Amino acid sequence: MSSIQDVQEEIIGEFEILGDDKESTIYYIMELGNNLPEFPEEERVDANIIKGCQSKVWLTARLEDEKVVFFADSNTDITKGLISLLIRVLSGRNSQEILNAELEFIDKIGMGNIIGSQRSNGLAAMIKQMKLYALAFQAKQNV
Amino acid sequence: MSFNIEEIRKLFPVLHQEVNGKPLVYFDNAATTQKPISVIEALSNYYETDNSNIHRGAHTLADRATRYFENTRKILKDFVNAREEEEIIFTKGTTESINLVASTFGRKYIKAGDEIIISTLEHHSNIVPWQMLCEEKGATLKVIPISDIGEIDLEAYANLLSDKTKLVSIVHVSNALGTINPVKQVIHLAHEKGAKVLLDGAQSTSHLDVDVQELDCDFLAFSAHKLYGPTGLGVLYGKREVLESMPPYQGGGEMIKEVTFAKTTYNEIPFKFEAGTPNIADVIAFGKAIDFIQSVGKDRIKAHEDELLGYASKTFSEIKGFEPVGTAKEKVSVISFNIRGMHPFDVGMMLDANGIAVRTGHHCTQPLMKRFGIEGTVRASFSVYNTKSEIDQMATSLAKIAKIKNK
Ligand SMILES: Cc1ncc(COP(=O)(O)O)c(C=O)c1O
Repeated sequence: MSSIQDVQEEIIGEFEILGDDKESTIYYIMELGNNLPEFPEEERVDANIIKGCQSKVWLTARLEDEKVVFFADSNTDITKGLISLLIRVLSGRNSQEILNAELEFIDKIGMGNIIGSQRSNGLAAMIKQMKLYALAFQAKQNV
Repeated sequence: MSFNIEEIRKLFPVLHQEVNGKPLVYFDNAATTQKPISVIEALSNYYETDNSNIHRGAHTLADRATRYFENTRKILKDFVNAREEEEIIFTKGTTESINLVASTFGRKYIKAGDEIIISTLEHHSNIVPWQMLCEEKGATLKVIPISDIGEIDLEAYANLLSDKTKLVSIVHVSNALGTINPVKQVIHLAHEKGAKVLLDGAQSTSHLDVDVQELDCDFLAFSAHKLYGPTGLGVLYGKREVLESMPPYQGGGEMIKEVTFAKTTYNEIPFKFEAGTPNIADVIAFGKAIDFIQSVGKDRIKAHEDELLGYASKTFSEIKGFEPVGTAKEKVSVISFNIRGMHPFDVGMMLDANGIAVRTGHHCTQPLMKRFGIEGTVRASFSVYNTKSEIDQMATSLAKIAKIKNK
């Protein structure tokens, strides 16, 4: 499996090809949402909701072979695309890797300008929640 | 001024820019309108040449600032056709105007068991203050239902009215749907039961001729920033006898006649309700905004906006997946809609990528969205400076967006 750093480089490269055109960048992000792994229906409960201002995100995680695997879904397509990027970078890694990850691709591709401040806050909340899952699994593994 | 759209657009500097590489199309006028250059210049002129604290000053600058400030009150008196200038109170906006009535009129006249009536169309600022008041007083909030096209049910309203009704507080024009409410009837029916009526005029004052004497409302609340004026400033109109009977709102300077540690006597209206140094520069600039409206003429503004509304309704309805929300017979230039299969937030963001500014979400009317069983809408709202070619630009963009889910 390629490192977090490698995956981030890949994403930065993909967004570079799109250039400055905001419209095609947003369409691209929306399409990425189609790559999201199926969200387990039994996890679609209020306790798993990260509430942004306008979009809703469901996020859950499981420990599989010592790796944290994330599942997420949203009621908006652009947000789905954003989560799919986070999952691509963070899912299937061990807790410590996730906790150490510095997600510099977000700034490097100028995500703040593309998605605006409301969605940037939502994105930050998602990352925080993913790291909290990693922390919780780590604590469990250490007992 | 004759209605020359190019000349009007020239007066609004903000319109002449590109957003995301496309010419800006500003269709978020129900949230706030843009400001003409006369308003912008009045603000800097005031600070450059007249800045001074008003009322009570013994010097020339204070006198000049006071005269300009009070002149806006006169302009506003004419704008809503109040009987007297004293019936015009400056506030921070519609929200504060409503809260002022809730905390002063409410404190004095609402008792346990009383009822206050609002409608399903209300903005949160015309819901929450009344809920707070009802909770404090043990009064009850009643809600007028609406039909599927977004019109209030007058018959149900008549049935809600009773001797217990002390106040009806209702939006004149819905910000989320554009529905124009039959407020004259609403007011007449309320008065027959002895209830007072507050009109939320945040959205009506910019589109319609609002004549408080003709309507006979007891209060009218509105905001400067939706009327081509500055933000954070608004008006509460109230009938003299009602205002005089109400206790003061906030305590402080300006609102007093005489203060001793034993007892304070209060100033006359409007000052009784204007504690502290007011927003002088913005009030003066607000006068210029109303001058702008009067110079174009409300009737011409309305005719232009109606034409845009008709054109947009027709153009957008040809887009596959376009689902309008709120299609009342009487409407101002607001189109609320969803694109089948898409979240309004996504639609809004994609329109923005094409330079088109609309609002998405619940528009501070969550109970109304719930009534329609939706999370929110995309809302395009048109103003005096918008054009048919801008609507074409939006339609082209919207058709492309809608195609993603509506092949
Ligand atoms: C119908 C209605 N009422 C009240 C308000 C609140 O106005 P303000 O935020 O200026 O106090 C608005 C503004 O969005 C509105 O549209």
